Amino acid sequence: MRKLNYFFGTLMGLTLLLFGCKPGGDGSGNGALASSAAEKVYVAPGEQDEFYAFLSGGYSGNLTVYGLPSGRMFKEIPVFSQFPTSGYGYSEETKPMLNTSHGFIPWDDLHHPDISQTNGELDGRWIFVNGNNTPRIARISLSTFETEEIIEIPNSAGNHSSAFITENTEYVIAGTRFAVPVPQRDMPINEYKGNFKGALSFISVNPEDGRLDLKFQVMMPGFNYDLSHPGRGKSHGWHFFSTYNTEEANSLMEVNSSQNDKDFIAAINWKKIEEFVNNGGGTKMATNYAHNVYNEETHTGTSTMVKEVLTVDPTEVPGAVFFLPTPKSPHGCDVDPSGEYIIGAGKLSADLTVHSFTKMLEAIEAEKFDGEAYGIPILKFEDVMAGVVKSGGLGPLHTEFDSSGNAYTTFFISSEVVKWKLETWEVVDRKPTFYSVGHLMIPGGNSRKPFGKYVVAMNKITKDRYLPTGPEMEHSAQIYDISGEKMELIYDFPTHGEPHYAAGCPADLLRANSKKIYRLDENKHPYAVTSPDQARVERNGNEVHIYMSTIRSHFTPDNIEGVKVGDKVYFHITNHEQDFDVPHGFSMLGQNTSEILVMPGQTKTSVWEPKQVGVWPFYCTDFCSALHQEMQGYVRVSPANANIDLSWSLGE
Amino acid sequence: MKKASFLMMIGPLFLLGLYFFPLWNIMLGAPQYPEPLGMNIHIDGIQGVNEFDIQNIDGLNHYIGMKTLPKSEDMWEFSTFPLIIGGMVALGVLVGLLGYFKILSPNWFVGWFILMSILGVLGMYDFNAWMVDYGTNLDPNAIMKLANPDGTPMTYKPPLFGHVKMLNFDVTSLPSSGAWMMFTGMMLTVLAFLLGRKTWKSKPKQAKLQTMKVKVKK
Repeated sequence: MRKLNYFFGTLMGLTLLLFGCKPGGDGSGNGALASSAAEKVYVAPGEQDEFYAFLSGGYSGNLTVYGLPSGRMFKEIPVFSQFPTSGYGYSEETKPMLNTSHGFIPWDDLHHPDISQTNGELDGRWIFVNGNNTPRIARISLSTFETEEIIEIPNSAGNHSSAFITENTEYVIAGTRFAVPVPQRDMPINEYKGNFKGALSFISVNPEDGRLDLKFQVMMPGFNYDLSHPGRGKSHGWHFFSTYNTEEANSLMEVNSSQNDKDFIAAINWKKIEEFVNNGGGTKMATNYAHNVYNEETHTGTSTMVKEVLTVDPTEVPGAVFFLPTPKSPHGCDVDPSGEYIIGAGKLSADLTVHSFTKMLEAIEAEKFDGEAYGIPILKFEDVMAGVVKSGGLGPLHTEFDSSGNAYTTFFISSEVVKWKLETWEVVDRKPTFYSVGHLMIPGGNSRKPFGKYVVAMNKITKDRYLPTGPEMEHSAQIYDISGEKMELIYDFPTHGEPHYAAGCPADLLRANSKKIYRLDENKHPYAVTSPDQARVERNGNEVHIYMSTIRSHFTPDNIEGVKVGDKVYFHITNHEQDFDVPHGFSMLGQNTSEILVMPGQTKTSVWEPKQVGVWPFYCTDFCSALHQEMQGYVRVSPANANIDLSWSLGE
Repeated sequence: MKKASFLMMIGPLFLLGLYFFPLWNIMLGAPQYPEPLGMNIHIDGIQGVNEFDIQNIDGLNHYIGMKTLPKSEDMWEFSTFPLIIGGMVALGVLVGLLGYFKILSPNWFVGWFILMSILGVLGMYDFNAWMVDYGTNLDPNAIMKLANPDGTPMTYKPPLFGHVKMLNFDVTSLPSSGAWMMFTGMMLTVLAFLLGRKTWKSKPKQAKLQTMKVKVKK
């Protein structure tokens, strides 16, 4: 009996121990929470993500493609920066894409992507991005995921309130952040005030092929046009720009352009200006800018210099431009899905100012103006304001929207995302970001139809989020699940370059249209060879043109003789594969340029100027097949005065 | 016999499907081909399941020294088979028609079926012989010369029917829609025979019965 008691006693003790584990297990309760977050972002091997996310690369000059919710990076699309990985900006075909009125520029600062829309909804045809430093707008195809067009913006500087599209992709809009003399001229900097101009550019988009055309520029007073967004729905036809430095200071800007209690949001009725222009309005002005177009059939970019631009003085189009006073140097200028509310994020304050489009129209109708600036009517703050969001945060920057009437605003200084309700202006939730968030992105969050499942917060400061990698680190981003009332942080991942804004869309919008190969029978490159028996070498003075083809696993030809020191050798390489994901690469020993990657069916050209006599090898840089290592060849380089005829062969 | 003859006329018409749909299908899947390459064997030639599959299969096969897949003009079969099928369809319909007018007995129906079956087996035999040649008659200078565990040179004959693992490829060979239509059509002719035989035999009996009845009445 005693033994039995011991037995039960021990059993009870064990039970206590077991249950005793439970409170201690609360730590693992957090673990359980974390594991549910893990489930939300886990995309099993072989599975695909729910959304595409296009994150700007900032100073990388390129655009990166990610999946949501996994945060996996799929591709870096070279846009404004040379990209030795593929030869973009190095190959003869793509060098023209980086031409500007200042000559070839190997880099830019890419900030704001925007996906094309039809009726205010994402249509997934193209994505537009801005080059901030040397003002340019690029159009990227969402079937090839390659840059197809880059247009330089004259009279602009710090192309920051760009590239935002109207709700039927009628225009890509590009505003200047830095006011400059127009036309550019030699003048004292301190005569800025009243003399510099702020050009807002309206670039039309051809609905068939996406081709860009700088239709007109509105020459605004010399403020700093910081960010912008299009009106949509009821406010379609208007575009809204935030401004700072309405003080028109030209030095120690951080102090001198922060003096006015209020700057402006500029409301532009572009439909009215379009009509004015279509009726012959505006002034043609001599200028010089580059327009670079990539042709998918010739696989070649061409750069054309344009010499004229149509400018519009806003005071000549009554009722087209108004200023909405907005406190504290507004940065973000965002429009809700209905088009009624325009949110100005006064970056030096705690509060958000929300303007009402309807009230704005009423005030304009009643001509209730509070003076003017350079002939442009200023509306009364109280007349246009719909509400103020008392956020409790500091340094509001950007706002995106879900489809249930909520807005999400980033706060740089207090490092958080704040969720609040449209119309009641009450704060619903707030979550910290790590650290100092800039933009945020909800797929479709800048359209009439947001997909409010995730928000991605893109931060400016990384510090301790990942394993340290020296002083320079990639930036961090966080993904929050916003399907519930409260936001939930579910993932944290490093991004490439410095993402500013981003754009996202459901995977199904693009997946089926993504090209697998270029058709060889549609290749119209002037130096293409569509069959290996056309492969040859031709000399034209000191230029040697090698018409070369590739297929697993050889180059045709792979032995070339008769090249001389001082020649300029063009390797025109056509990839004859018609199989998905079988690129071939090419590189030549001692070549003063990058490799090229040639996609199936494509032709690319790499230049080599041999300086030394010898037999020099080239090889395929993309591990294309089991015999990839053998995919190699030789070029014999003879002295400049040698008497050796060109010859070429394969397998002889 | 009307119904049977009608079936006998319909059945061979199913073979016309062979002009539009593939007879056989061979799919080649591999780790790096999650979307498998495939060829459809039609009576008049071989086509890729996807546009560039033939080119890509040839590209891969060159490593192991296999010949490129034959074009329509490279094999007499691809010009002869359509004629044979056309002839058999015409013959079958004719037999059915003559059956309808009671000129031919249902035995002709099964006769057509047996002839078609023999031609089918011969066709399969020929197809298999081509595959043996295609899979074993390899370029002596092939890039990859692989051996079986017993030391004999590895060959690459695709299966006539079913699945085989060949190096990194899963090769599946099965009759395709054209063959299934042919099979259905041939079964209809068998049905026509069975049905026809029943009514063909019972008809004379019925006649006898009637005459008997007449006798009784008298």
